[in-house]
Parts: sequence; structure tokens; C-alpha cells
Amino acid sequence: MSWKRARLLLMALSLVPLLWYGQQLLDNRLGANPIEAVIRASGRWSLYLLLATLAVTPLLRLFHLKPLGSFRRPLGVACFGYGLLHLLLYVGVDQFFDGAAIWKDILKRPFITMGVATLLLMLPLALTSNNAMVRQLGGRRWKRLHRLIYLIAPMALLHLYWLTKADYRFAYQMTVLVALLLGYRVLHLARGHFVGNQGGKSVT
Amino acid sequence: KPLQHDKNAAFAPDEALTPYQDVSDYCNFYELGTGKGDPAKHAHWLRSDPWSVTIEGEVAKPGTLSLEALLKPHPLEERIYRLRCVEAWSMVVPWLGFPLADLLKRFEPTSRAKYVAFETLYDPTTLKGQKHDIIHWPYAEGLRMDEAMNPLSLMAVGLYGHALPNQNGAPLRLVVPWKYGFKSIKSIVTIRLTEEQPPTAWNRHAPQEYGFYANVNPDVDHPRWSQAKERRIGEFFKRKTLPFNGYGDYVAGLYQGMDLSVHF
Repeated sequence: MSWKRARLLLMALSLVPLLWYGQQLLDNRLGANPIEAVIRASGRWSLYLLLATLAVTPLLRLFHLKPLGSFRRPLGVACFGYGLLHLLLYVGVDQFFDGAAIWKDILKRPFITMGVATLLLMLPLALTSNNAMVRQLGGRRWKRLHRLIYLIAPMALLHLYWLTKADYRFAYQMTVLVALLLGYRVLHLARGHFVGNQGGKSVT
Repeated sequence: KPLQHDKNAAFAPDEALTPYQDVSDYCNFYELGTGKGDPAKHAHWLRSDPWSVTIEGEVAKPGTLSLEALLKPHPLEERIYRLRCVEAWSMVVPWLGFPLADLLKRFEPTSRAKYVAFETLYDPTTLKGQKHDIIHWPYAEGLRMDEAMNPLSLMAVGLYGHALPNQNGAPLRLVVPWKYGFKSIKSIVTIRLTEEQPPTAWNRHAPQEYGFYANVNPDVDHPRWSQAKERRIGEFFKRKTLPFNGYGDYVAGLYQGMDLSVHF
């Protein structure tokens, strides 16, 4: 299979959770509180795709698969897509577009403030995830903008921690994965400086 | 197993019942796992037969009785109550049980008995959820004496005409419909009459989020979400939450002069 086709397959695969949950919803097989189920699922998948996006660089370096880099964009956009769906479900079928209630939540509920902030931070990345924008911004500035993902990941974890009521195991697991993925960058950067000429090579 | 009972007309509102499937599949029972579907999946972890209950503390006649001995003198009645979870969802459940007041009177509380404390079974080898220190084990709850003696407070042993499924708190649970669901403790093994206000599981876990009284109150938000509305299971749009879950006529008097935003 060519890398181009693999990338198309990846895009298709990233729609599978959406289709699966849509199907389950129509079959009323999401349990007693389907709205809660789809809000949680969309949030979870946005987080999984965030991890997958961060996993591209370490994998392409580990296995010397430079073409893997082309997976970053579809994964990142899908991550934003599920995040946006997550927000829209909250706004639409949890708060029924009740602006006052939503605004009150954003102000008073830390985990919702953090969730909205996280998605807002993803917006510029999603909007610049096309070749035209890469050219317009220029490689260096584009890369610097997309390093926002290193802030987005911890913010997403805070959103998760602050909405958890008592069982933090899932939050712990996600924190370990984010720590590994971000730790890889720190390690790589540090090694870069000490090993001489590679120092300062941009890391994404 | 079906249980012989009659119906209590006083508690048969003309509200749509939540289907048995949802009542038994959507539960919070952390001893059997913290997901809503876990208790049903792990219901077999709980061995609800044989079962005995210990009545102790400020009572003239303490004792440990088998479930049968405990239930024998109390005719069962069906009561259809609204159940409102602190997580802002609600159900309408046809419980089977008898007044808590009748049970307590049997053991003759002393004059020093100011509170009733309840504890759930503690057995981490079978109730595997208790292997994780998610909240304090064993799960504990409590009521003030006048709350416990209120006619609404129910000792439930069944729902929909049959014995309680394990995931719903078999074989014996408390149901206090004017309070958030976490007050209605499941699978009770100890009932202790005390002078001091007993510690309760969720209040210990997060005192600023879960109170001792935990009366349903649309005007007092949970720190992380509003309590003004609730999603009745099975309904798309949310409903306005009623003070005391609509049972104000029966219980509002208990809280005369109390600031319920302080005693949440």
C-alpha cells in the first residue's frame, strides 16, 4: 500500500468512532443516558486522537519512517473535529443553546472553562492545517504556532481531572501517556543541545 | 423472585415509570465498579443471600438478625418514588419496602439517639471495587433522627414487584426520595443509632461538593454543575428540578430555620 493510500485509510478510520456511536445511538444501544454517553465518547476520542497526533514524531524517528509525518494532519484535524462535536453536543443537547446557562457554566465551572479554552486553542491549529496556510505563514512561524499542542495536551488533562468525580484511574493513564509523549520531546531537545551540531533543531 | 406486597396509593404519582431495564442497568454502586453499567455487569460479585443486619448503638435492644427475621414483622408495600441523582439525572422507581420508622421503633432507640448511621457490606475480596481507594470504604450514610422517622424514609427490599437486583443494592437498601441518590445507601449490613452526626462517604470524599443533608435543591448548585435542571432518564429535554424533589409537603418542615445553602 502506498503512503498516500495509507493516509486516506487513516482518514476513513478516524470516522469509525463517529459512525459506530451514531449507529448505536440510532439503535438505542447506548444505555439509559445516551446523550451523556455521546458527550463523553466524543471527548474521549478527541483525547485519543490528540495522543495519536503527538505519537507521530516519536514513531517516525524510532522506525525511521519519514512519510509517517503525513499522518499528523489528519489525526490533528480529527482530534479537533471530535473536540468540536464534544462542545456542540454540550451546547446543543445538554444546555439546549441556553446562552445564559452556558455562559454561567464557562465562568463558574472550572472544568468547562478549561474545556472551552482547550478547544479555542485548537482552533488556530485546525484553521492552519492546510498547505495554503503553511505557505502563507511560512514554515518557521507555522511550526511555532503548532507547538501550541504542547499546551493543549496538559490543558485537556486538566479538563479531564476537573470533571472527574472520584475514579481518577483514566485521568492517571492519560497523564502517563501525555508525559511520555512530551517527555520524548524534552529528552530529544536536551540530547540535541549536548550532542553538538543538531542543537536547536525544531521538534514537533 | 417476586415479593408479596400491596400498593400504597399515597405514593403512586401519575408519572411515567423508568423502565426496569434502565433502573437496573444505570446505577452508581462503586463497590461493583465506577461505570454506570459496571454494577449490572459485576452484579454477581455481591452475594446477597445469606445476609444479616446488625442494629447497634443507642438502642435498648441491639442485635444481629438474619434478613428474614428482620423483614418478617413488616408487610411490604409498593411506593413509586422519584429518585434524583446528584449528577442531575432522575428516575421514577416502583420500590417495594416498609417504613424505616417501623424498623427503628422495634429496637427502641434511647433518648441519646440523634442520628441513624448505615453501612454497606465491606468485602473487598468479592466486591472488587473496594480494592481501589476511590472513596472511603465501607460506604457509609446517615440521617438525622427526625429524617429517619419521617414516613417517606423507606427500607426497600425490591422494585417492580421483585426482590432488588444486586446492582440496585440487594437485599436491603435505604430510599430517601427528597435527597440526592447517594443518601439512599445500598446493601446495608449495619444500622447504628448515634448521638453524633455520623461521617458519610461522599461528604468525606469531597466535603465542599457533597453535604450530609444533600436535600434536592435547585437553588444550590453543585460546585461543578447546576442543580436547577435534571434529565429524567428516557427524556430528551431537561426538566426543572423541584425543591426536595417534589416532596416538600412531607419534609420541608424538617428544615425550618435551616439555611439550606449552608447545610447542603
